[in-house]
Amino acid sequence: MDNATVIERLRAALPEAIEKTAEYRGDLSIYVARDAIVDVARFLRDDPALSYKFLDSLCGVDYLGRSPRFEVVYHLLSFNNRHRICLKVGANEGQGVPTLTNLWATANWQERETYDLLGIPFTGHPGLQRILMPDDWEGHPLRKDVPLGGEEVAFTFNQDQIYAHKPFAKE
Amino acid sequence: MGLEEKAGDMGIVTTSLETVVNWGRTNAMWPLLFGLACCAIEMMGSQAANYDLSRFGMEINRASPRQADLIIVAGRVSRKMAPVVRRLYDQMSDPKWVIAMGDCASCAGVFNNYAIVQGVDEIIPVDVYVAGCPPRPEALIDGIIQLHEKVKRMRITGEVRPLEKKEKVFA
Repeated sequence: MDNATVIERLRAALPEAIEKTAEYRGDLSIYVARDAIVDVARFLRDDPALSYKFLDSLCGVDYLGRSPRFEVVYHLLSFNNRHRICLKVGANEGQGVPTLTNLWATANWQERETYDLLGIPFTGHPGLQRILMPDDWEGHPLRKDVPLGGEEVAFTFNQDQIYAHKPFAKE
Repeated sequence: MGLEEKAGDMGIVTTSLETVVNWGRTNAMWPLLFGLACCAIEMMGSQAANYDLSRFGMEINRASPRQADLIIVAGRVSRKMAPVVRRLYDQMSDPKWVIAMGDCASCAGVFNNYAIVQGVDEIIPVDVYVAGCPPRPEALIDGIIQLHEKVKRMRITGEVRPLEKKEKVFA
C-alpha cells in the first residue's frame, strides 16, 4: 500500500471530504473537513482494500494564533497493509468535532482526554467528562494561553518572601 | 541480656514515663502501606532484605491508616490526589508522623507546574524531609532515625523538647 493509492481511493469515494494532503518523509497526513470525519474514518476502516481497522491514537493540538486554532489528530493503522496514515481535523474555539466512539470504542477515553486538556468538545460523545484533571478544575491546562502554574523557585535570598504566602498545612 | 549482667539482680528498673512511651513509639513505628511514584520503589527497597528496615521496628506496613503511626509520602502528589492523601492522614490515629520522601514530596522537585502540589506540606504537616531524586535507602533510613530522635524528645503533653546544645542528633 502506498500513499497515492490511499488518496486516490478516498477521493473516489468521498471527493468533498478531503481539504488537502501532506506528506513528510513518506508519512501521509490527510486534512479532513470537520463534518466528514466520521464518513472518512468509516470508509477507511470498512473498505476491504484499505482496512485501517485500528485507531492508534487520538489527540489534539493547540496552534494559538492560527485559524482554525485547534487540530484533532487521528492515527490509523492497517494491519493488513502494514501502513499508517494520519487524519487531521481543524476546529476553532467552541466548534465541536464529531465523535468516533461509534466506530472505535477506544475513541471514548481519548476524546475525553482531548476535551479535558484542550477543551475541544466532541459532538455525540456518550459521556464527555473530564478524565485526568479533577472534576472541579477550571479551564483546560494544555492550552497554550494557560500559564504553566507552580510557584516561584525559592532561593536563599527570596525564600522568606515566598514562604510567607505559601499555604502550609496546619495539624 | 546486658542490663542484668551489668547491674546485678535488680528486679526493678526506674525510669520516666516519657522515656518508656517514646521508647515504645520509636521501636514499633508502623508506616502506612502507601506509595505514590518512583520513590515508593526505593522505599520498598529499604524495607527489603538488603537494607532491612525491620532493624528499626518498621517492617510492618499497615494497609489500614487506622493502624499506622507514620505516613511516608513517597512521590509527587498531584492536585487530584491531594484530597486522598489528606483523608488518609486524617484517618490515622494520634500520635502520627509524616516523612516527605524525595524532592517531589518536599517541594514538587522538577514538577513546577499546575498539576502537582508544590510540596506535600501544603496539605499535611511534615516532620522530616528527605532530599534526593529518589533518595537512596540510606537516606530514607537516616530520615527515619532523625524522626526517631525527634520522637524521643517528645513530652508526654505532646510538644517536642528543643535540642540542647551539647546534645547530638544521631550522626
